Amino acid sequence: MAAEKVAQATGLLGWVDRRFPLISLYKAHLSEYYAPKNFNFWYFFGSLAMLVLVIQIVTGILLVMHYKPDASLNDAGIPVAFASVEYIMREVPFGWLIRYIHSTGASAFFVVVFLHMFRGLIYGSYREPRELIWIFGCLIFLCLMAEAFFGYLLPWGQMSYWGAQVIVNLFSAVPLIGPDLAVWIRGDFVVGDATLNRFFAFHVIALPLVLVGLVAAHIIALHEVGSNNPDGVEIKAKKDNNGIPLDGIPFHPYYTVHDILGLAGFAFIFAAVVFFAPEFGGYFLEYNNFIPADPLVTPPHIAPVWYFTPYYSMLRAVTDVFTWVFVAAAGLGAYGFLRMQGGGLLKIIGLVAMLGLAIVFRVFDAKFWGVVVMGGAVIIMFFLPWLDRSPVKSIRYRPTWQKWLYGVFVVNFFVLGYLGVLPPFPVGQVVSQLGTIFYFGFFALMPWWSQWGEFKPVPDRVTFQPH
Amino acid sequence: MSSSASQNTSSPMLGLSSAVTEAESFKLGAGPAEARRTWMIACGATGGVAAAAVAIPFLGSMAPSEKARSAGAPVEVDIGDIPVGGVKIVEWRGKPVWIVRRTPEMLESLAKADGQLADPGSNRTDYPTPDYAKNQHRSIKPEFLVAVGICTHLGCSPVSAFTTGAASGIAPDWPGGFFCPCHGSTFDMAGRVYANKPAPDNLEVPRHMFLTDASILIGKDEQGEA
Repeated sequence: MAAEKVAQATGLLGWVDRRFPLISLYKAHLSEYYAPKNFNFWYFFGSLAMLVLVIQIVTGILLVMHYKPDASLNDAGIPVAFASVEYIMREVPFGWLIRYIHSTGASAFFVVVFLHMFRGLIYGSYREPRELIWIFGCLIFLCLMAEAFFGYLLPWGQMSYWGAQVIVNLFSAVPLIGPDLAVWIRGDFVVGDATLNRFFAFHVIALPLVLVGLVAAHIIALHEVGSNNPDGVEIKAKKDNNGIPLDGIPFHPYYTVHDILGLAGFAFIFAAVVFFAPEFGGYFLEYNNFIPADPLVTPPHIAPVWYFTPYYSMLRAVTDVFTWVFVAAAGLGAYGFLRMQGGGLLKIIGLVAMLGLAIVFRVFDAKFWGVVVMGGAVIIMFFLPWLDRSPVKSIRYRPTWQKWLYGVFVVNFFVLGYLGVLPPFPVGQVVSQLGTIFYFGFFALMPWWSQWGEFKPVPDRVTFQPH
Repeated sequence: MSSSASQNTSSPMLGLSSAVTEAESFKLGAGPAEARRTWMIACGATGGVAAAAVAIPFLGSMAPSEKARSAGAPVEVDIGDIPVGGVKIVEWRGKPVWIVRRTPEMLESLAKADGQLADPGSNRTDYPTPDYAKNQHRSIKPEFLVAVGICTHLGCSPVSAFTTGAASGIAPDWPGGFFCPCHGSTFDMAGRVYANKPAPDNLEVPRHMFLTDASILIGKDEQGEA
């Protein structure tokens, strides 16, 4: 926002600019926002996430014009909400297209956001001074998960109903207040009309407002400190006589054009899915959700939509026996404090805390710890800026073995996701338990492993091949 | 107070020395005078409490409505038409309630399962089992099991898995019972959960009573309503 206000503008623009900082906003965020010149394709996904947000808001507004959040049965014995979705699909002009764009958009949102987060992970985009950008991003991800969950109830199919039943019941695992909390969230003793109406309110009003606010905060924070890049080099460290970073290029026109290329590629794939495979083999729209909600019969196999399955696997992995792993982890922590040099009081507090943890791990039900693990898998990412102690930011200059580690992390995430789709079976349970340990170990041990190995020299300037 | 301010003289009540006016105090970077600061904190705190109190009606409005609260009346069920080895599912408070008419073989299987169960005596209190069902068959009459068909893990409805042995697809020595498809919890023929499964509790046995030999009332027993 440091750009100087231009007083010379005349005519309508001048009239507006004397009353609203139009030109300085344009300069600060577009024509004089200098981004590193070495962005690669990984940098498409931020702008694509914004695009999908706009798509979801526009199609969402159009869907609300025809959708009815009503769980009562119509004359044909079908819930009104379910029937109104069928009405959109069959009778509303282009209703099928708008709904498929919205349902595909939900999955596309998670695809681009996962890729956007992975970009941040490998290039160290969360590290100083970009911690707040990362935290706003994690909040956006949480918000997005809630938004997707609330929206999934609205078609009022079998998966909608039983998915909501399972997730709301997660809260009943909280010791003491749990059951009352679950009733309060549902607004009834079972998932019903009250639940449908409040989820509708959260989905169309509350969370979109929060989401847009967080996106604004994410971008304001980004433009305050400037973008990272694939080399993890601070371009602001080397500036020309005008104070412009030597390796920076104005966002507009360079990256607006760059992002339009990304947009074109995305639109190509997105349209192919919308027109040719909107159900995506049951992964984007689950087949059981074409059956109206029935409170008396759970479908033989229920699984969340694909973007929740890695976390769902971790939830299922926590059995009574598995809580001994937590006890062991707390024991290791206690050993760590015991071995700590000096720091008398801290040492005692740490030791007591770890032993206390080891006890509550066995006192509360495994069900509760399953919920904690599922939530913790997202919450732990908030701490990433402080967990990573590597001397370099970008994976380009990290030891080769760490690249393999990141590779295993990705494979592990996919395996967890795949197991979450499948019905429970013994081998899958053991694999998902190992996967859960790896996922948390990756983050919890990062302060140590991120410093190990032979780091490569980081260049002064970004590496860039003119083309 | 407004009269003293308009006369631009300092009031002893505000704790200002006659030499320094309120405006001068601000310019000096000292902020408001001490006495005024106290009142500002008091006002702010009062306003904050009032604003926080608004949360009571706002959050309270999300609790179940009176209509939802009153929809929990007991349900009378005719059980005379359930075949031996069959299940009848009725809705009570929006939840499925199973009435299972067990065969003698099913009842025999209960004793075999005892050692592998998490809570064979139904002593846990999260879903308290009525005293008349705190037995191995968890029912008033051994033949009829009455249980809420909602898994105590995360609320899926388990399915009947009465086929025994490997044909059940659950375990080669499966003695028959119930299986939750969501997370794999298994229950014996009395709705007692197997140990080391996600579900912590046995299936809930609601308060119920026999009205005649062929009909029961769910949601109410001699001691009162559930």
